[in-house]
Amino acid sequence: MTKDECKQVVLDIIADIAPDEDLSNVKPEVRLRDQMQLDSMDFLDIVMELRKRHGIEVPEKDYQQLASLDSCAEYLTPKFDALTGKS
Amino acid sequence: MNTRSHYDVAIIGAGMSGLAAGIRLAHFGKKVCIFERHNAVGGLNSFYSIAGRKFDVGLHAMTNFVRPGVKGTPLGKLLRQLRIDRDEFALCEQKQSRIAFGPRGECSLRFTNDFAVFESEVVAAFPAQADGFRRLVAAVRTFDDVSLDAAPMSAREAVRRHVSDPLLEDMLFCPLMYYGSATERDMEFGQFVIMFKALFLEGFARPFEGVRVVLRVLLAKYRAAGGERRMKCGVKKISAHAGRASAILLDSGDEITADHVISSIGAPETDRLVAASASEPPTAAPTLSFVETISILDRQPAELGWGSDTIVFYNDSSRFDYVRPTEQVDPRSGVICIPNNFDYGAGRVLPEGIFRVTCLANYDRWATLPEADYQADKSRWFAEVQRSARRFLPPLASDDALAAATLTTDMFTPRTIAKFTGHLGGAIYGATTKHRQGRTSLDNLYLCGTDQGFLGIVGAMLSGISMANYHILQKG
Repeated sequence: MTKDECKQVVLDIIADIAPDEDLSNVKPEVRLRDQMQLDSMDFLDIVMELRKRHGIEVPEKDYQQLASLDSCAEYLTPKFDALTGKS
Repeated sequence: MNTRSHYDVAIIGAGMSGLAAGIRLAHFGKKVCIFERHNAVGGLNSFYSIAGRKFDVGLHAMTNFVRPGVKGTPLGKLLRQLRIDRDEFALCEQKQSRIAFGPRGECSLRFTNDFAVFESEVVAAFPAQADGFRRLVAAVRTFDDVSLDAAPMSAREAVRRHVSDPLLEDMLFCPLMYYGSATERDMEFGQFVIMFKALFLEGFARPFEGVRVVLRVLLAKYRAAGGERRMKCGVKKISAHAGRASAILLDSGDEITADHVISSIGAPETDRLVAASASEPPTAAPTLSFVETISILDRQPAELGWGSDTIVFYNDSSRFDYVRPTEQVDPRSGVICIPNNFDYGAGRVLPEGIFRVTCLANYDRWATLPEADYQADKSRWFAEVQRSARRFLPPLASDDALAAATLTTDMFTPRTIAKFTGHLGGAIYGATTKHRQGRTSLDNLYLCGTDQGFLGIVGAMLSGISMANYHILQKG
């Protein structure tokens, strides 16, 4: 999976859990919290949807890795690749 | 037919909070079953039919209304967490509501879903209190009301730091207490803040068809997520072993096991299930309860001159006494609800007029009456409650105009509430002690709903959501 595909996975989840947010112009390097109204309940849902849809586990100590789209891609892409057996 | 005997989570009670918890858990793959003793969902916010006519119970108005685009409020959180599109609730806004105090409602404060209206009414009626009121509002806006472990604080004391006129103080407390306080005279400040935001900073709305729209949406989500429910299937005992709920025994005699149990039926009610094998059930503290009169009219209330007010909170006495009355009913204060006076859109009106009045009542004075006396007292208080409430609405063209327009009436009492909801003492807002973290004497048994302490129907749903998240989903 490419990092852009990984960002799209996260954006798709946000679009479902926060349909009232405008996602057309999300800056990948800026914290998601600073660009839209996402609280801890919403972040929990991002984690839960990653597990439900993609079988990806994010332990609580790593939640901060999901702060921005860029950091999501850095952190999640290897996890996706590990699932599909790519190095 | 649901015949499984083990679930990841068993939920007791299919009210708003139990359904919301169930949706969250089922959505994330938990095997969930809701057990409900009654044959209808909704609990304290439900509806019933008599002669083909549906009556809402509980819900006068959905509080916490904000318009689309307003984020970070309880309604928005609720919609997101349950994956509900706000159009599914199809909420229609109130026209205006009032707080009317004095023997004839001489002092009146209007409010709408635009807070500036309320602020200007307060400033006009209480010019000397304007600065204090604004400081209070600022304190409310900045208070962290969703903390699960805040230290309790008296709301009366907190409000008096800013508002020195007892009339204004009482007028602020009256609607907030009537729409959510389980405690007499005072509220915990966190509860006050939640209610102040819910009623004044946010607002009132209602689906055209009332509470059943909300319930229908919740049920559809729950079903789509794979949740199970068993109706007319109460729980009579929770067995404990080594500090954990080890099994739940159903009214049918069947036994169910679950990794987690969430109870929405109230804290003392839940304690009773745990202690069901003990000889004496714990005695419940006195609780506040209510009567409500309902009149169905053959015309729109506007034709009687009652077309402006959605909700009126009234009090005729020098101070507002939010206490359990010694009499069966305290008619001095109450709440009028005219569901026709929401803005349903051009030309869209409810098919019949509805006029509801709610007053404080004493469960014990109703509980043990013989049937004939019960019926006689109901009709006597029906007349008294309506007579009292009418003082706070525009006068009618003639004294018997309301009676002439009335097609049918109904009335519920604390006894009705206890019978249909199982809440001890006919409690609407639960026990006086709240359990913010939802913990009980057993490790895997949690509370949600009124005794967890988020208020109103939006609060009830958020309570179910929060407890499901906090105790189960966050732990993986």
